[in-house]
Amino acid sequence: MTPTQTQPLPPPPQLAPGAFTHRHLLAIEGLTRGEITALLDLADTYVAQSRLVDKKSSLLRGRTLVNLFFEPSTRTQSSFELAGKRLGADTMNMSVSTSATSKGETLLDTAMTLNAMRPDILVVRHQSSGAPALLAQKVTCSVVNAGDGSHEHPTQALLDALTIRRRLGKFEGVTVAICGDVAHSRVARSNIYCLNALGAQVRVIGPRTLIPAYAERLGVTVYHDMREGLKDVDVVMMLRLQRERMAGALLPSPREYFYYYGLDFEKLSRAKPNAIVMHPGPMNRGVEIDSQVADDKAVSVIHEQVEMGVATRMAVLTALAQHLSNGADA
Amino acid sequence: MNAHRTAYINARLIDPASGLDAPGALLTEGRTIADLGPRLFNEGVPEGTLTIDCKGALLAPGLIDARVFTGEPGAEHKETIRSASKAAAAGGVTTMIVMPNTNPVIDEVALVDYIERRARDTALVHVHPMAALTRGLKGTEMTEMGLLKDAGAVAFTDGDRALANARVLRRALSYARTFDVLVVQHAEEPALSEGGAMNEGELAMRLGLTGIPKLAETMMVERDIRLVELTGARLHFSQVSCAETLEVIASAKGRGLPVTCGVAAHHLALNENDVGAYRTFLKVSPPLRGEDDRLALIDGVLNGTIDIMVSSHDPQAPENKRLPFGEAAFGAIGLETLLAVALSLHNVHDASLIDALKPVTSAPADLLKLPSGRLAKGAPADLILIDPGYPYVVHGDQLRSRTKNTPFDGLRLQGVCLRTVVNGVTAYERAPDAA
Repeated sequence: MTPTQTQPLPPPPQLAPGAFTHRHLLAIEGLTRGEITALLDLADTYVAQSRLVDKKSSLLRGRTLVNLFFEPSTRTQSSFELAGKRLGADTMNMSVSTSATSKGETLLDTAMTLNAMRPDILVVRHQSSGAPALLAQKVTCSVVNAGDGSHEHPTQALLDALTIRRRLGKFEGVTVAICGDVAHSRVARSNIYCLNALGAQVRVIGPRTLIPAYAERLGVTVYHDMREGLKDVDVVMMLRLQRERMAGALLPSPREYFYYYGLDFEKLSRAKPNAIVMHPGPMNRGVEIDSQVADDKAVSVIHEQVEMGVATRMAVLTALAQHLSNGADA
Repeated sequence: MNAHRTAYINARLIDPASGLDAPGALLTEGRTIADLGPRLFNEGVPEGTLTIDCKGALLAPGLIDARVFTGEPGAEHKETIRSASKAAAAGGVTTMIVMPNTNPVIDEVALVDYIERRARDTALVHVHPMAALTRGLKGTEMTEMGLLKDAGAVAFTDGDRALANARVLRRALSYARTFDVLVVQHAEEPALSEGGAMNEGELAMRLGLTGIPKLAETMMVERDIRLVELTGARLHFSQVSCAETLEVIASAKGRGLPVTCGVAAHHLALNENDVGAYRTFLKVSPPLRGEDDRLALIDGVLNGTIDIMVSSHDPQAPENKRLPFGEAAFGAIGLETLLAVALSLHNVHDASLIDALKPVTSAPADLLKLPSGRLAKGAPADLILIDPGYPYVVHGDQLRSRTKNTPFDGLRLQGVCLRTVVNGVTAYERAPDAA
């Protein structure tokens, strides 16, 4: 049944006071289970809102959200844009090509210029680890890290956690295998911190050139044999093989990679029978994931992840805006 | 009339070269030390001699800092020889050895002459250049070592670049031995360190930064020691950063090879955890390592495996440091904090004052064959007065360098220079009530 526009909307969702007190969202590392859970609970309500005909609320009315992307991205940028719009904020996208910075303007100059236009929330993606943290020290608005180098991609981890929770209903006793280029992946780092904080068991799977030597220190179990690593897992999280990040030759060929680490039904058969398959996108079909798996709606939740992405980002923006209203307009 | 005679009385004389640590006095005449000792001026200071009452402070040879980068010529907005010399004088450094990594590179006699002329005309302290080991620091053709040595180059180095080509280094070492010159290597295998921003390890992994493995240093030191064995040349490793390298150097010294090494003050005082949340002032080359390595380096200084301590003073402008960590320049200033770090060996690690100051005075003087760095009759009157226990907090914006990229900003240090004397003349005096 489709809800009609005449239905009264529920009161705008809010976080409990004190549930999330950070001014910025720069990383998952350091967040508590309570903070993450509060964001996921809030995101759940936004999933419902986003399925209504009238998806829009006015919680962020008058607020300005700026997407500052130094790296090209369609899905994350549009997801933040939609999230902002559904909350009633004015949104602006700035894609800064690398050529703009080669004209001589530094990252901080660009950010300070934007800051002078008084945005409330700055969503930043940058190819260098720590760039959003650097900006957060200098600007007066809230900063959301939308992916920095090989460091973190916190909203991706939150949307992945929301997807898992809605499918499996819990994290305790759940085993998640993160497969592929863990060494260079911000998605992997954020997911490891997030899933560990929520109580899941995390494995990482990949060849030795793509797994950091100190990976165990992150609280994961390392596997180099994918069939062994997938045994009895509940969630298979594939990573994009970011070939552009490969400084040297870390792999001999995509063919060999697919043979040993590409997800196909044969390898997936080691996982639990109802295991779900995730991918942060965009996918390299035939490199890290077989199309048959990616497109099988019985196992793949890849499109659901995208839907959860908008709701999760709405929750993050709401959480940060609540802080803003406490005097950031001075 | 005895011109330029100055008597320093009521001092505690500290001379690492001779092991002297005793109350006494010292007399300078013109540019040299005329006399010193516990009983000097027991009968009173002669008429016509300027008298400085040291009030019990330490009187030691001025420091020799064997690794200083300036921006002159080519990047004077970062640091000039003069601005660096002001920082040096305030830090108790009376001799700076400047690196050839300028624009143009110091790889010709005329450029060595230029540095010496600028130093003579503008600097408050002594300045000696190291010349480039290879032309343009390109790592392929050796420079005119004989002529450059005669012009005043105290050693040969490519500065912050490793000479990676084994054949070029072999020939350079072989040729260097002909003229008995010192070759100085920045030991870091470039193929292993390329793109790296900090020590390889858990922290780099968590920060998403490319690591620089310790192995990049240790394996190049191992290789170079084989070349020293082959050529017999004197080779100095400018900065060692980890315990593994010390083992290799100790073993080479045990075999009697003419190998020496230095350590940067920041490697003795800080570790990789100080990088914290991407603090680019802590980005140095070689990178700060773990705490175990820091402690091993302190042991290395105290047991003699490490010969000298340097500031590795490397000014970087804000536009090169206020960047994401991976994109920021390497380098930290250190001329004004070198003395306090050396004194920490005494204040914190229980070494004698003699042992604490030797790596910054007589040891670099011996390595570079300089007459200074000692309290001795006839030696240059390059002296400092020290209050070794004075505690203070480093404020980067109060330092004298043209750029303020100190890794010690906000940290507590102990020990200050009260007065710096160069060529018998006071070049710096600390304001009495300076905070």
